[in-house]
Amino acid sequence: MKKAVSILLAAAMAVSTLAGCGSSSKKEDVFYIGGIGPTTGAEAIYGTAVKNGAQIAIDEINEAGGINGYKIEYKFEDDQHDAEKSVNAYNTLKDWGMQILMGTVTTAPCVAVVDKTAADNLFEVTPSASSTDVIANGNVFQICFTDPNQGTASAQYIGEKKLAKKVAIIYDSSDVYSSGIEEKFVAEADNQDFEVVAEEAFTADSKTDFSTQLKKAQDAGADLVFLPIYYTEASIILKQADTMGYDPEFFGCDGMDGILSVENFDTSLAEGLMLLTPFAADATDDATTKFVSTYKDEYKDTPNQFAADAYDAIYTIKAAAEKADIKPNMSVSDICDALKAAMPEINVQGLTGGDEGLTWSETGEVSKQPKAVKIENGAYVGM
Amino acid sequence: MSFISNLINGISLGSIYAIIALGYTMVYGIAKMLNFAHGDVIMIGCYVVFTTMSGMQFHPIVSVILSVVVCTVLGVVIEKVAYKPLRKASPLAVLITAIGVSYLLQNVALLIFGADTKSFTSVVTLPSLKLAGGSLVISSVTLVTVVACIVIMIGLMLFIKKTKAGQAMLAVSEDKDAAQLMGVNVNGTISLTFAIGSGLAAIAGVLLCSAYPTLTPYTGAMPGIKAFTAAVFGGIGSIPGAFVGGILLGIIEIFGRAYISSQLSDAIVFAVLIIVLLVKPTGILGKQIHEKV
Amino acid sequence: MKKMFDFKNMKKGTKDQLITYAMVIVVFVIVQILASTGIMSSLMQGLLVPLCTYSIVAIGLNLCVGYLGELSLGHAGFMCVGAFSSAFFSKCMMTTGMNENLRFFLALILGTVVAAFFGFLIGIPVLRLRGDYLAIVTLAFGEIIKNVINVLYIGRDADGFHFSMKDTASLHIADDGEVIINGAKGITGTPHQSTFFIGVVLILISLFVVYNLVNSRSGRAIMAIRDNRIAAESVGINITKFKLMAFTISAAIAGAGGVLYAHNLSTLNALPANFGYNMSIMILVFVVLGGMGSFRGSIISAVILTMLPEVLRGLSDYRMLIYAIVLIAMMLFNWAPKAIEWRQRHSLKGLFAKKTKEVQ
Repeated sequence: MKKAVSILLAAAMAVSTLAGCGSSSKKEDVFYIGGIGPTTGAEAIYGTAVKNGAQIAIDEINEAGGINGYKIEYKFEDDQHDAEKSVNAYNTLKDWGMQILMGTVTTAPCVAVVDKTAADNLFEVTPSASSTDVIANGNVFQICFTDPNQGTASAQYIGEKKLAKKVAIIYDSSDVYSSGIEEKFVAEADNQDFEVVAEEAFTADSKTDFSTQLKKAQDAGADLVFLPIYYTEASIILKQADTMGYDPEFFGCDGMDGILSVENFDTSLAEGLMLLTPFAADATDDATTKFVSTYKDEYKDTPNQFAADAYDAIYTIKAAAEKADIKPNMSVSDICDALKAAMPEINVQGLTGGDEGLTWSETGEVSKQPKAVKIENGAYVGM
Repeated sequence: MSFISNLINGISLGSIYAIIALGYTMVYGIAKMLNFAHGDVIMIGCYVVFTTMSGMQFHPIVSVILSVVVCTVLGVVIEKVAYKPLRKASPLAVLITAIGVSYLLQNVALLIFGADTKSFTSVVTLPSLKLAGGSLVISSVTLVTVVACIVIMIGLMLFIKKTKAGQAMLAVSEDKDAAQLMGVNVNGTISLTFAIGSGLAAIAGVLLCSAYPTLTPYTGAMPGIKAFTAAVFGGIGSIPGAFVGGILLGIIEIFGRAYISSQLSDAIVFAVLIIVLLVKPTGILGKQIHEKV
Repeated sequence: MKKMFDFKNMKKGTKDQLITYAMVIVVFVIVQILASTGIMSSLMQGLLVPLCTYSIVAIGLNLCVGYLGELSLGHAGFMCVGAFSSAFFSKCMMTTGMNENLRFFLALILGTVVAAFFGFLIGIPVLRLRGDYLAIVTLAFGEIIKNVINVLYIGRDADGFHFSMKDTASLHIADDGEVIINGAKGITGTPHQSTFFIGVVLILISLFVVYNLVNSRSGRAIMAIRDNRIAAESVGINITKFKLMAFTISAAIAGAGGVLYAHNLSTLNALPANFGYNMSIMILVFVVLGGMGSFRGSIISAVILTMLPEVLRGLSDYRMLIYAIVLIAMMLFNWAPKAIEWRQRHSLKGLFAKKTKEVQ
């Protein structure tokens, strides 16, 4: 009986997965855009933001008549921040009929998926996977900065503005994004007029207590602490620094954005925090206010930079698709070739474009100006 | 001075591990099972405090009591639904079910509260203690945590030594069948243990989130595993052992990070654990069990 | 006809073995036919190698848990060691123009041997411990392996290999050199060589190894240790030797699974999700759900539980919730004494004359 049940279950599952491709009735007059990112698991916060940000863009585009007159079908799959599950999610979307991929959200799984999209020649825009390994194949375009770019830019900014003499770094050594930025920051620091006095790491398994790292930074006499990490951990660091009476300048990267919208966070702790970010949720331009208010209405939450990058990713796909004049009945590979050719020629303003908009090189790297902002009175102020 | 400050941080972290480990160890002692869902009960407790205190503006003490009640009920319900049917099955089967319960709690929290991080307002609002001209700062949460940990440990030991229910627990942990024959209500005793363990989890959760103020559906998972390690370190099943194991684990973690390598702090903690267990195979305060042929 | 006759009178163990081999081969043939007709979904095709990977690791762990009777929560660590050592080898040999199949074969051997070596090394101290203490120490070793690999940097240039535990800059490699293991970034660009065919062959080899071990003199010694250590010792069984033997083989099989894992994806990172204690526990779930001591059960439950979250994708947000509920329900159904009783009463077995024992 037990065996019978197991075998029956296995058979039923096999049939349902096998049948997956046959049952989907693919429409000829819509674009199928898929998304991949973690919506469960410890990184769920980033995947959910991307999922929602993209949804807003898709709804807007569909309401305004679609791309080249064709509506968009959108589906987002969970990968739990795991390379293998990400590939599974990709295959699921392929069975669904995906023509363009917006994803994946996190870097490590993205490297695995990129390999698959290159083999299928499927056009991919990643909102937030920032390693240079992601754009090795030419069919992938990034919306966010690359990690080396951020590390170097941050070091240069601190050096040029003479923000500090002694700098300490607290980073996540088990995270590709964080360790990538840290490495380039330290490399660039040699060319700048400040000294890195402490490089302290933490890992995904011990990211609740930072008192030791802060103590070491304090003992080393650092007057600025560089935090190339996400705001979740940064909010603890700020709190603990405050508790121990350590008050240096804090400097973050784009992962820091969102710290003001952490529910119930005492924003006075973030006072004076500086960060390089392409997006600020309380900017006053029309596009941002509209996006933020829609997001708040739909998802009861303030969007972070991941949501903004995803929103821009969808509009980037739209711009490239219009430039290349693609149709839904073209093959995946033809769409990819057409979009690849169109990407270096477009300029997308978007939410994260700053003054000059987003442009891309042929390799897929984005060029945009990081904005340095400082938190004053609980709001971002340009520097 | 930084040595003392590191020591205090270690004790503070260790006390939280210790309170969680007390819950682990009690349940283990009675039910002989590793309750992997314990860390997630902590997380649920934190969300209860968060919603009532920050959302509905309850008084912190009311929120904490409410959270203890919710966790106690939750613990008993989990025991009745998921673990009790498996009481006579292999302990491994219960372990796997506990993992299922852990996934379940995480995903329920994810659906209800969402994936985004909540910043937890500390329930302790006293100012920090500044010593030695401000170069040594001890936060009030640390003090409360350490005191709470000691009070709970002593309370538990007294409870087990002095009360009838406590003696029943001891009897059940020693020999379930014999205890039953002596008229001990085994099912009731096990439920009581889960109730106490889960109630402690709520308190541990409040202190955990007060000291390290972020809250996500996965907040409880890692401290849960570390506390489990601490319980084994001290000798699983032993209440003073959980206390000693927790404090030592916290100190080792902080010292490893401060004086050896911050990148390898997890590896250091686990390496020390292995060495201790090789020297004392049943943990620091564990009972040496002699097998009968 | 003669074969059929033999089959009926075969020893139960041998029959059990043959059924398992046959099951794997039949599934393989069915999948091949489906794949060649092109009606198999991409998801299913992508899942084939992971299904093999987890089946192999589950077989390995089952040897440790089901036959040796020791709970290991560190098998993801052995997988990790096998994966990284083999991927490192493949990556190094990519530029030499070695024959691809030979290279993969050597990588497979290397990954298995390195995992076996770690199993042996860890086994010496660990196997002195019992029960949950052993479990926590294996968990600790798994976490140490993951943590160390996350800060390990190895590069290569004309001067040879460079090691560091700090960052790439401290490797001091020449400009023409390359970083092979890059800390948290791990190894990228491992050649994609794992196929379903290789996976199935590896499953069959693992099954062959474990069945032969279990049914040999050594295997009986191992089971004697599990059932009563003191009695086994008193009849002169060398406890340490047989424990180490089972543990090492178990680790080696997990390492082989790791090799398959590494050569299926172009990126290899030691994340908590793939090589942390979560994965070790997941593999344990396969073993316990499938029945301790039943290798066939391990394969079936590894397949079911790996496919389940993928099949449930249609439920979107409720996917992992349902998964958890199904897991609890399956455990209760399979293990609860009441459920077992109920199953026996309503069993289909009454319809057949033959009575088979439940696998416990």
